[in-house]
Amino acid sequence: MHSDPNLYDFWPYRDRPKITWPGNKKVAFWVAPNIEFYELDPPVNPSRKPWGRPHPDIVPYSARDWGNRVGHWRLMEVMDEFKVRGSISLSVAMLDHHPEIIRACVERDWEFFSHGIYNTRYSYNMNEAQERAVLEDSIKSVMDATGQRIRGYLAPALTHTERTLDLLAEYGFWYSCDLFQDDQPQPLKVKGGNRLISMPYSLEVNDVITYGVYHQSPRAYADALMRHFDQLLEEGAETGTVMCIPLHAYLVGHPHRIGPFREALRYITSHRDDVWVTTAKEIAEFYMANHYDQSLADIARRGNARPGTGFNPQGGL
Amino acid sequence: MSILPDSYFTYAKRHAGPDHDHYPASPIIDRAPITLPGGSSLGLWVVVPLEFFPLNPSGQPFKAPGAMQTPYPDLRHYTTRDYGNRVGAYRLLKLFGKLGLRATFAVQGAVADRYPELVRDVLSDGHDICAHGWDTDSLHHSGLSAEVEDGYITRTLDTIQTACGYRPDGWLSPARAEGFATPARLAANGINWFADWAHDDLPTRFRTEAGDLAALPLSNELDDWQILINYTRPEHEWAAQVADAADWLLDEAGRFNSLRLLTLTVRPYVSGLPYRVKALGDSLKGVLDRARAAGVTPRDLTRALPA
Repeated sequence: MHSDPNLYDFWPYRDRPKITWPGNKKVAFWVAPNIEFYELDPPVNPSRKPWGRPHPDIVPYSARDWGNRVGHWRLMEVMDEFKVRGSISLSVAMLDHHPEIIRACVERDWEFFSHGIYNTRYSYNMNEAQERAVLEDSIKSVMDATGQRIRGYLAPALTHTERTLDLLAEYGFWYSCDLFQDDQPQPLKVKGGNRLISMPYSLEVNDVITYGVYHQSPRAYADALMRHFDQLLEEGAETGTVMCIPLHAYLVGHPHRIGPFREALRYITSHRDDVWVTTAKEIAEFYMANHYDQSLADIARRGNARPGTGFNPQGGL
Repeated sequence: MSILPDSYFTYAKRHAGPDHDHYPASPIIDRAPITLPGGSSLGLWVVVPLEFFPLNPSGQPFKAPGAMQTPYPDLRHYTTRDYGNRVGAYRLLKLFGKLGLRATFAVQGAVADRYPELVRDVLSDGHDICAHGWDTDSLHHSGLSAEVEDGYITRTLDTIQTACGYRPDGWLSPARAEGFATPARLAANGINWFADWAHDDLPTRFRTEAGDLAALPLSNELDDWQILINYTRPEHEWAAQVADAADWLLDEAGRFNSLRLLTLTVRPYVSGLPYRVKALGDSLKGVLDRARAAGVTPRDLTRALPA
């Protein structure tokens, strides 16, 4: 166990080299619908109970199933209205359980990235072979079903091991949504020669946090989204920022919530002169090609580059 | 070192549809349109639980929402809940009478046993009733034997029938908790519809080993407990959310040319308080005043069930 993950170096927000998004846009904006499957009777991981009540815990289970039967279609309609392509945080088993949803996403050219196999199977206590099997399953299953090579990862239910990010780099992932340390991408310190970056996922404006943790009203959520955007737009004039809206149709798709959300999305996408409405993969690709080296050089110039890689502060094997 | 067995990485139910056999996948946008006699587009279904919270709950296998919280004897929570059955419920009955709204009261067996007059008053005011289990400490879960769970169900139905002469064919489980066998045991004991699951916005057919049930939609996200108690939002924010939901659903009903439902659970000990009941009344009136909005009953909803 370590007191510091050492996955990235300290990089003060002041006086960073400028990021300019394509078309001189100031904010790279992406939306991440979490399209998830939660099992009715999942096996138990000793580190975390899947459900609060004894199985079957039908209240939260059926609420999430509602997301796949009802909420998803409502959210997708709103995203279509404002021509926003989703970058899907996918429970990979959804490819099997709800191919009708996958087809609708493929038709719209939405991006898929892996969010584990089920959101009721946690990474805690996995050995390396087991964790590799999950990544290999994710890459192959999404490729077989959609033809897409996934390049991003958000660990299932935000559960990790110390080796998760090293493995992502080894398997050719470009970005991880697992770290919430910044509003700009940053190179991650991983083993091997492959590049992996941290993609801002804006966890604080995730609807799970808004509703499940902060217990906000839908209109307050919409207001927060617009203020969050206004601030990142203002700062984006100095150096390009990233805003993500992580969503769950089983929450935001309810009829008392989707209307205010729609107004927030209308507001944000009405600034297209300044906003690159895109996907996480396109942000990662552009950043790695144009700003990755610049970021590393600036961190080094400030004397902030520490040795080693994640959970391996001395370096070496 | 891993302590996860290989079985953690086998996925026996990774196939098309849900990971159970009660209903198939069915995206709502592909459903056949539902229409009600009278042609309303937005159905308002209001469910009022009449619950008994024992002063000495076992809390097994978990403590029901609203159950006693302080050390025994928790007179504070016992009496605030009892207030609901003595005062709050009558305040709601008066409100519904004024609005001309026919609601569904979910009655626990222990309430029918203790306060049969209340159950009779609900019926004589023209409302529907369904069974709501025995009490909030008689929770349905997979640890119950068939004998015990059947006993909870039949004792509840028998007691309600004794109190008011009517044997319910609808069911809401206490705390909406079920064991794996609960739906089949409900069907085997004469229940035709239940509202425990919140997997859909419209009525769906729910298969069990003892025959089909009608699963009526009942939201957990917009009710008085979720918004006022769990989320601690003020009443005006709740009213705004109900209004926003009604607007959205009516618009959707028009676009899909099909009924949409606004379902709302209101608890007498929550919404029946003096400072809340007017907000509830204004909110319900606001929904019902919309063109093509009307109250619906379980009978309307079970008749709308797709074949």
